[in-house]
Amino acid sequence: MRLLFPIAIPLTTAVLGLFAWRWRAVQRGLGVAGAAALLITSFELLKSVWQQGPQATWVGNWPPPFGITLIADLLSAIMVALAAVIGFAVALYSLAHVDPAREAFGYYPLLHILLMGVCGAFLTGDLFNLYVWFEVMLMASFVLLALGGERAQLEGAIKYVTLNLMASTLFLTAVGLLYGTVGTLNMADVALKIRPLASSGITTSIAFLLLTAFGIKAAIFPLFFWLPASYHTPPVAVSAVFAGLLTKVGVYALLRVFTLIFIEQERTIPTVVLALSALTMLTGVLGAVVQSEFRRILSFNIVSHIGYMILGLGLFTTAGLAGSIFYIIHHIIVITNLFLVSGLVHAVQGSFDLGRLGGLYRTHPGLAVLFLIPALSLSGVPPLSGFFAKLLLVRAGLHAEQWSIVAIALGVSLLTLLSMMKIWAEVFWKPKESDPLTEGSVASRVPPMAERAAMRSRLGLWSSAGLAVLTAMIGLGADFVLAFAEAAAEQLRHPDLYISTMLQRGHP
Amino acid sequence: MELLLAIVIGSLYATGLYMLLRRSVVKLIIGLGLLSNGSNLLIFTIGRLVRGRPPIVPEGESSVPSPFADPLPQALILTAIVISFGVLAFALVLIHRAYQKVGTDDLDDLKTTDM
Repeated sequence: MRLLFPIAIPLTTAVLGLFAWRWRAVQRGLGVAGAAALLITSFELLKSVWQQGPQATWVGNWPPPFGITLIADLLSAIMVALAAVIGFAVALYSLAHVDPAREAFGYYPLLHILLMGVCGAFLTGDLFNLYVWFEVMLMASFVLLALGGERAQLEGAIKYVTLNLMASTLFLTAVGLLYGTVGTLNMADVALKIRPLASSGITTSIAFLLLTAFGIKAAIFPLFFWLPASYHTPPVAVSAVFAGLLTKVGVYALLRVFTLIFIEQERTIPTVVLALSALTMLTGVLGAVVQSEFRRILSFNIVSHIGYMILGLGLFTTAGLAGSIFYIIHHIIVITNLFLVSGLVHAVQGSFDLGRLGGLYRTHPGLAVLFLIPALSLSGVPPLSGFFAKLLLVRAGLHAEQWSIVAIALGVSLLTLLSMMKIWAEVFWKPKESDPLTEGSVASRVPPMAERAAMRSRLGLWSSAGLAVLTAMIGLGADFVLAFAEAAAEQLRHPDLYISTMLQRGHP
Repeated sequence: MELLLAIVIGSLYATGLYMLLRRSVVKLIIGLGLLSNGSNLLIFTIGRLVRGRPPIVPEGESSVPSPFADPLPQALILTAIVISFGVLAFALVLIHRAYQKVGTDDLDDLKTTDM
């Protein structure tokens, strides 16, 4: 029952929001209230999974291999909790930073449908159902991306829609082939039935089709070009939620499928993933270093850090997977926060272009601190969360004697620091050039009512500050988070518990 | 029958991918449509083609005698068709809006958000 809440609550919120189409205030209230309810229930789910082990719900009371099973092991529960944290932070931020026109066109219901799709993808135990949740999530993200209809948004949306639809088709193809091969789509059942077929050609083909499909969604090395072409186009709140959650659904699917179903390919898949991970880290960060637009730098950094997240999968050791999971926890919070900060900067100076920004350290020291915390965390400066995430991965890499990947990971984190310091130097440190053209545009962007302006900065600052505190807490309480990550990795490495939870029916 | 369908599916994937690589936005959408139809047919074919054997349990027996027509792939395809229909409808509106805003249907001109 508990498993249904992370799906039912966003759905209810979205439906009620659609009923309240004409009342913007009601929609705003519902948006935040729904996100808060999701936050509470998802942490309850995490707590109960932590205490009692994996849980499953059989939708419609169908006996296990038939019907759709919702299942939460520790990884799923952690991901759902993170989605809820980001959902809440972004809903709060949206109150202040999303314009009334977008709010009037169903921004909050769409945000909640997106959250429903993300939570559904994390919780489902059925491959076809995973495809459906992907589509739910994509559909909401398509509309959110294009909502507003600015030129850049539409251009970005075309690329985003095309590549994601292509990935979905590949995924569907793989699902079809898998059904033809093993005659089932329940993940646990597939995992059992595919074992005798592990070395056959069709299994390898399916595995690589899935790697490509999820790779596009996760934005790994040769497949990431849609991300930096589209993530900087929508309003900041939308970019932030995309950056935090969407690519991570792809990473989650990779982790799930390649630790549960295709484990017999222990040689090929992890080797390929490891190579892709190195290339993703490098190309992402090299892209970031040359950019000069705030959100594009961040977009390329997302790509680069996806490389770290799949590094653990490439190593395929418990320590490596724990590192990956820790990294995901850290990265979701930090990258969302950086996007939120970019929006706060935009609200003050009316631009994302590093050349036009400047002098914010003098005028808004609080904002500078808010940027510095996630920026340093992203590049792995102790004692923030990024340091421990990287430490775990590096240690796992050294244990597995993969020297080159460790060297690349360390080099890339240095370059990440460089790209973050570029933002710092340009936006906060250098004095602002007073140029009459930008001054004019800033004046026109400042909202007319002083009251609204005050509210803007306050709510936005609060949600960003909350995420910054979370980053610091993950860093300071690294032991505690590590315990979760290690337990989740342990469950991934020994999927028997997951399989038996899914297939053995307890009391409904 | 399987051979024929295999050839059809192969051509759908091939033409779909070819259309995706063209410069016109409209052809891009056609390509996506062909691809999704190809994958639907693939699921249909790979679920084994059986004629005239509905999956109905005969009286006095507890299971369906095989071979029987598997209903599950058809349910999957139905879902996939609905989804791809919705998504393609959205994509059509999107390219229409983009055309109105940008004034071109050439993908090579839609690169202001790239590098």
